[in-house]
Amino acid sequence: MQTPDLIKQNEPNHVIEVNNMVKKFGDFVANDKLSFFVRQGEIFGFLGANGAGKTTAMKILCGLSAPTSGEINVAGFDVYRQTDLIKKNIGYMSQKFSLYEDLTIRENFRFYGGIYGLKNAEIKERIAYLLNRLGLMHAADKVLKEIPLGWKQKLAFSVAIMHRPKIVFLDEPTGGVDPVTRRQFWELIYEAANDGLTVFVTTHYMDEAEYCERVSIMVDGRIEALDTPARLREKYQAASMNEVFLKLARIKKSES
Amino acid sequence: MNQVAVDMREIRKSYNGTRALNDISVHIHQGELFGFIGPDGAGKSTLFHILTTLLLPDAGTALVGGFDTVREYGKIRRIVGYMPGRFSLYQDLTVEENLKFFAGIFKTTIAENYHLIKDIYGQIEPFKNRRAGQLSGGMKQKLALSCALVHKPEILFLDEPTTGVDAVSRKEFWEMLQRLKAQGITIIVSTPYMDEAALCDRVALMQKGDFMAINTPEVIVANFGYRLFAVKSALMYPLPAALEAMPDTKAVYRFGDAVHYLNTHEDKSAEDIIRHLQVHGHNEVTVNQVNPTIEDCFMLLMKKEETADANT
Repeated sequence: MQTPDLIKQNEPNHVIEVNNMVKKFGDFVANDKLSFFVRQGEIFGFLGANGAGKTTAMKILCGLSAPTSGEINVAGFDVYRQTDLIKKNIGYMSQKFSLYEDLTIRENFRFYGGIYGLKNAEIKERIAYLLNRLGLMHAADKVLKEIPLGWKQKLAFSVAIMHRPKIVFLDEPTGGVDPVTRRQFWELIYEAANDGLTVFVTTHYMDEAEYCERVSIMVDGRIEALDTPARLREKYQAASMNEVFLKLARIKKSES
Repeated sequence: MNQVAVDMREIRKSYNGTRALNDISVHIHQGELFGFIGPDGAGKSTLFHILTTLLLPDAGTALVGGFDTVREYGKIRRIVGYMPGRFSLYQDLTVEENLKFFAGIFKTTIAENYHLIKDIYGQIEPFKNRRAGQLSGGMKQKLALSCALVHKPEILFLDEPTTGVDAVSRKEFWEMLQRLKAQGITIIVSTPYMDEAALCDRVALMQKGDFMAINTPEVIVANFGYRLFAVKSALMYPLPAALEAMPDTKAVYRFGDAVHYLNTHEDKSAEDIIRHLQVHGHNEVTVNQVNPTIEDCFMLLMKKEETADANT
């Protein structure tokens, strides 16, 4: 695997730049001076225990919540003033897919294509391309509630990248699916990243952390570690990312 | 000893013509920590609903603690504790009120069985006047477990207690289960996390309403039947495709920081794989024979079932 350089900042190929990001809720500091960047085409793993502040940070990066302070740039836009532009240039998918169960596969695509302002011709072209890639052309007119969970998951991903975003945010995308389907989903992620899409992903499956190019681990609102999985394993003298995670996250787990 | 906690025979359940449970049988011994391992849609929750007398099967019989789930449901309800997959406590009652409520319906008190829940409830007791709705995920989980334990059940059913929970909290939860098991309670747990199988005495690997295997994790791993190789190369992205091209390949899939490879031929060696990859332009290739995990076994069994399905 290529060894990414970890020091350079303000590079033109950085699609996410975060400097000293702070988010407070009253006295509670959910994000405590986070600083990191994500490169174009990178698969970036964003890990942390429940309550470590991942969701808060993700919401800010998606333009859904304003930070308390810090400089944050996503897809070339500022999170304070250009949230609409950010939303147009990112895709988002969570474990609770927001697909419509009563609509067909094609109708779901058309609906989201419409929301993102794609022209009719473009919608048609994107549906054909994405369904072809999934091998689901034959199923385009099936109603969502009749198809298996694994298909829905791949569709949710395809819908999230339909408008050709620069970055896609995946929030625990593989929860609950079987190990084979989980891997098929990751092949889809690899393929998309290979085409230049930046993938920002959270997961509780530590083996999936190994699939990322770089991984950050949040503990109590801070980023405790950020590096390639191989270097993290080396640094913490651990056999797996699971061990790295346990070593780091167990230091201090505040429950309140 | 070795009395049966659950004796389930040929249980079948369908929803709107779709089979959720496919005539499945299992014995669970008293004092055992037994895991049903499988993804969403495997039928784990349906099975738990039947065993906890909340749902009638279409066919088959199940005895829990020696009682029939259909005819003697009242007796079963007194001796089992059940923690459903979804948070099921009263959000607008406090921590203590929830626990008192559950103790009350079983005609007991918190004090009477405090020794049983002390380990778990003790961790959330400082917040006993907080409303349950305002607890963090980990604390809700501990309260739900305390409520399922407060009447001193003989058999504890935990439906996906660790789903969506981070690796650290999962580890702590399993440590709690081990301590409960030491007190003699039979613990029946379901999980989609394959790595948790190793923490159970015995497991049933479940997929689409069937048991693919029921045994100790050690025996399931020992029955794998293939040499398993972990392969790495300087270029990981195209590695699976290159391995796929080898003759008589049985399975290729990413696994952690490597790619796992199985060949149908016993005598296929690490050197053969390295040679093949070098011909296909791969550098810095390493191939190690490794022990399979439950996840490897699960995937191989899935493949077998699919082949069997295709042949019928």
